[in-house]
Amino acid sequence: MNWTWFYKLGSPKWFYDTANKLLPWFLWIGVSFLLVGSVWGLAFAPQDYQQGNSFRIIYLHVPTAILAQSCYMMMAVAAVISLVWKMKLADMFIASAAPIGAAFTFLALFTGAVWGKPTWGTWWVWDARLTAMLVLLFLYFGVISLRSALENIDLASRASAILVLVGVVNIPIIKYSVEWWNTLHQPATFTLTEKPAMPPEMWLPLLVMVVGMYCFFAAISLMRIRNEILQRERRTKWVQKLISEESKF
Amino acid sequence: MNFDDFSDFLLMDGHALYVWLSYGMGLFIILLTYIQPVLARKSIIQELSQRQRREAKASETSAVETESTHENKGAC
Repeated sequence: MNWTWFYKLGSPKWFYDTANKLLPWFLWIGVSFLLVGSVWGLAFAPQDYQQGNSFRIIYLHVPTAILAQSCYMMMAVAAVISLVWKMKLADMFIASAAPIGAAFTFLALFTGAVWGKPTWGTWWVWDARLTAMLVLLFLYFGVISLRSALENIDLASRASAILVLVGVVNIPIIKYSVEWWNTLHQPATFTLTEKPAMPPEMWLPLLVMVVGMYCFFAAISLMRIRNEILQRERRTKWVQKLISEESKF
Repeated sequence: MNFDDFSDFLLMDGHALYVWLSYGMGLFIILLTYIQPVLARKSIIQELSQRQRREAKASETSAVETESTHENKGAC
């Protein structure tokens, strides 16, 4: 296998140029999928016979919740790479993704609460799935505050990578909480092994939203990583050159 | 379309508050997560270019200073 791509990933300049090329694609595909998925889910998908129209929150709630956990798993992979190979970009990813993950987790909790009110009759219960999601939010806050508290960048990257890895325990708890414990939360809508229980005109817009959310996540994390690169590599010649070119306009 | 007309769509059969509150927050979070790095990039570029100009000026003046001291020495 050819491993040059892995070494290239270690070069911030190469990554910056690649991010510049990929960013518009991710952004436009993400935004258009989210737009199409929302209109489809809100106006055209059939009503749920039990929940009525409040079920339409699923098209926002499920993609954000998936991303909230996915983002954490990606940060965990980055944490291993950052600890083992000391790759700067892995650490920049952790720094960039933590605020996005926090925002998405908050949105998943918020839409869940708003959906819970008409469906379960309550905004919040301290059950396994919901509490584990709240723990996830605090893990993201922990990473963010650890990074801003530690001035030394090497120390900050090591400490946050370790915190991310410790918190990984929470992810299977979120995933299997609906099976292990009695909970108000319904089981997963999508599984890789079984066909969805919904008709296609209900789950297709959901799939569009999930893909859109992944692309949007990719776009905004690339934007954040770009910013991290500019700041941390500001002493290098290529950033100096880029800055003098950018500031002319 | 699953609804009879636009007002029917907005009312969501009595679930309007829940549906639109969720999607409103969704839009807010998406805009926020997009705008934040755009603004950050602007301020980083501004800060770095200011620093660049300051350093360029500093090295210019120091170069002039060393030149003038050389001239003084020559005069002596």
